[in-house]
Amino acid sequence: MKDATAPVDALRIEHLEVLYRVGQRERRVVTDLSLGIRPGESYGLVGESGCGKSTVALAAIRYLARNGRVSAGRILVDGRDLMRLSGGELRRLRARSVSMVYQDPARALNPTLRIGLQLAEVFEITEGLKGTVARERVAEMLARVQIPSPARVMSNYPHELSGGMQQRVIIAMALASDPALLILDEPTTGLDATVEAEVLDLIGRLRAELGTSVLFISHSLAVIGRMCERIGVLYAGELVEEGASEEILRDPRHPYTVALLRCVPSYGRRKDQGRLETIPGFLPTPGTSQGRCVFADRCGNATDRCRAEAPPVLAQAGRLGMRLARCFYPDRALQLPHTTGSGAPAAATATPREAVPLLRARNLSKTYQVAGRAFKAVDGIAIDLWPGETLGLVGESGSGKSSLAKLLLGLSAPDAGSAVELAGEPLNALAADRTQSQRKALQIVFQNPGLALNRSQSVRRLIQRSLRLLKLPRARREARLRELTASVRLTERHLRERPRQLSGGLQQRVSIARAFAGGPRLVVCDEPTSALDVSVQAAILNLLADLQVEQRVSYLFISHDLNVIQYLSDRVAVLYLGRVLEIGPTAAVFAGPHHPYTAALLSANPSLDGGAGGRVRLQGEVPSPLDPPSGCVFQTRCPRKIGRICEEREPALLAAAEGHAIRCHIPAAELMPAAALMSNSNELRENR
Amino acid sequence: MNDSAAAVTPSAPSAAAETLRIALRSRTLLIGLAILLFWIACALLGQRMTPLDPYADDLLTTLAPPSAAHWFGTDQLGRDVFSRVIIGARDILIVAPLATLLGTVLGTVIGLGIGYFRGVLDDVVSRIIEALQALPLVIVALMMLAAVGTSNATVVLVIGFVFTPLIARTVRAATLNEVDLDYVAAARLRGDGPLAIMFIEVLPNVLPVALVEMTVRLGYAIFFVASLSFIGFGIQPPSADWGIAIAENYSLIGSYWWTVLFDAGATASLIIGVNLVADGLNSVFEP
Repeated sequence: MKDATAPVDALRIEHLEVLYRVGQRERRVVTDLSLGIRPGESYGLVGESGCGKSTVALAAIRYLARNGRVSAGRILVDGRDLMRLSGGELRRLRARSVSMVYQDPARALNPTLRIGLQLAEVFEITEGLKGTVARERVAEMLARVQIPSPARVMSNYPHELSGGMQQRVIIAMALASDPALLILDEPTTGLDATVEAEVLDLIGRLRAELGTSVLFISHSLAVIGRMCERIGVLYAGELVEEGASEEILRDPRHPYTVALLRCVPSYGRRKDQGRLETIPGFLPTPGTSQGRCVFADRCGNATDRCRAEAPPVLAQAGRLGMRLARCFYPDRALQLPHTTGSGAPAAATATPREAVPLLRARNLSKTYQVAGRAFKAVDGIAIDLWPGETLGLVGESGSGKSSLAKLLLGLSAPDAGSAVELAGEPLNALAADRTQSQRKALQIVFQNPGLALNRSQSVRRLIQRSLRLLKLPRARREARLRELTASVRLTERHLRERPRQLSGGLQQRVSIARAFAGGPRLVVCDEPTSALDVSVQAAILNLLADLQVEQRVSYLFISHDLNVIQYLSDRVAVLYLGRVLEIGPTAAVFAGPHHPYTAALLSANPSLDGGAGGRVRLQGEVPSPLDPPSGCVFQTRCPRKIGRICEEREPALLAAAEGHAIRCHIPAAELMPAAALMSNSNELRENR
Repeated sequence: MNDSAAAVTPSAPSAAAETLRIALRSRTLLIGLAILLFWIACALLGQRMTPLDPYADDLLTTLAPPSAAHWFGTDQLGRDVFSRVIIGARDILIVAPLATLLGTVLGTVIGLGIGYFRGVLDDVVSRIIEALQALPLVIVALMMLAAVGTSNATVVLVIGFVFTPLIARTVRAATLNEVDLDYVAAARLRGDGPLAIMFIEVLPNVLPVALVEMTVRLGYAIFFVASLSFIGFGIQPPSADWGIAIAENYSLIGSYWWTVLFDAGATASLIIGVNLVADGLNSVFEP
């Protein structure tokens, strides 16, 4: 906007307006957006899905989808007006001055070319290098993105590399031309927490080394806050707030930023301390809010003026530079009314233990045969789950979380010798062989509601088909449907619609209604909010907590988000390569002593309020379950490996305290919490 | 554009209405449908649409060229070609769609079954399907017709049978994509049996694929029936079928082109119409 900086900004967008053609109409998805990224600066663009983040990124390299066009404004990359460039000039600019890294690295690499060849092509195009010279440069680039053995990786095909490695290759490729501007569009969203932490570290280090300007796009305020010096908050295609990261996160001036910050469960927050805040209402349809504030309908501070007049961009001088807010009342932002009375507990934590656990699994294993080799997805797991309790399950991909859930639900059969009991009665392996009342008792809420709901059925039909479990007389069925619909806060109108006509959050409510239709006793929640925006996540977590109180249902809650786990779980189990490495009451697991793996997970957790976080970095990647390490499964990556014993003997799951057990050779007393470990680590976290 | 309907979620039209709206925008589909509906009207109305009696010989005006009295001329027996082309749509539009429908129903059931159960059943059936596909379909059909004898009913059965594996394969592929989706797991968890899952949960989602495949097959079926009729194994005289007419008259094509050309054109236009519909439907269901 009125950024009075040097004219050689790496990226300068002035009054950008982007239209998308949908059917016969054109919809405005970006409105009057201006921003500038100074040389060497890292600028973060944050907002929920549908706000126009990726559209801005694509417009910045003039690469909009065919139905999109820039209808007003200027885009200058390295001082050159993108709109005036010819095809050839634009190609040269994309090859030399701008690079882009997308979310899914697998789709950005050509699956039929070896990594070395793909990277060499970049040097051929940008610098005309050929043969061994190019190959040397490739090896150099790969070493720079900290790929351990560049020569080997160069001869690999993309599918032979893990997601984290692929993303490193992409970053190497993006940096190969030494661009003035690097655009990162959700670069770590698909990665595991420990890998994400490593990749973010890498990006930070490379930026310091090369001085490249970065446009970093993410839905996560925590990630953006860590990576960027300045932040722009995007809402419904408008930049509603901009300023230095620290000031935006500490002292936001736009109600949307305030609301967004409030609905993320913060580190240490628990369900007995109160419900999560949500943002009421929905994102407006693009282009329907002309002449008014785009956020007015969801804003607790809104006055008649906000609905009658578009607010101007107010500039204020902040401690760390100019701050902009598109609001009439930026100074009132922090007084935004809370959406939930704080202090009202969402759910009680401790539930009195009964004699018999609701669900008991002993020696639960699952071996798959992959190309003639045994692959243990779940290995000898023993867990108890009590009525009304939430057991959180954490671990990276491949740790066996979902496999474990499938075994309990009866969607796949465990190995011989496994035993699962429901309220003291043994359960048959497959759901089809269990009694109707046992099936009724165990239900699931899936991660992706779009795939979990049959797209050819209306919401009413979807729920009705599960209500049949209750075998109700016809007259009661309709009443129960209404009850259920109301309990997940859906309205009559939604019943007529098909899943794809609903937003992700509403779809997940339907999914929850279906799981609760038969009156379950245990509901497996398999990453139920990871496909949703944070404001929607908060509402879903509140709903799950409410339903638990009302119906005294138990949850097996799978998530990679430790803050969510901490908020909702009474106990936590940490899984790695199909084994439980640590299990115990949530407070104990988070406070320590920690298993070294838990410590690493905790320190990789991107958090807004971070606390005093020392980084515990893990070496390398999760080993292949086809070929698990000898002895302790974690020994190949363990920062606290003590020696031969770790390679030779698998440690037992030993009690560290009442109900808290850790599978490690190191005595519990020496497994200090992360904060204490920090002093051992010479790599300190930079900020705060 | 000053409406204040801002944060109100737009009242979404029903899925069916939306599909219809997209369909009506497809020019391919509309042209195809127009051609198809024209021939269906000819088949249904039959003699009520023809200017002259298509079956009446007139030995005084045999092989007359097109004229005001006989728009498409007359054939060797002096029958009015125009009337015979109109009425000729009837048999083929009964036999070909019935055969396609039979093939689609059988193919869909088999495809759903092997796609859902997978395992050994799928391996065995899939290999058989591949083996059948390696054989030239016309030869297989000819052999079967030679064995069971030729009539409209046997032509329907035989073509339906040779089409079954083709449709089964397509439906199987679509089913494989569906059964791994979580909604199928959810159905299993509430105790739905395999039949309920296949026909209530999965079928509606693979139906569009089967439907598109069916229209594609209908084009082939028309061609197939016409070919069989031409060589005498399809529709039998005295039907005014186009294939038969071409067979009876193709030796005269040098001097009496109208006895063949209009029947051939009719066959071609029907196949093109059906293919346009297939293309249109494909773009509607998979934009």
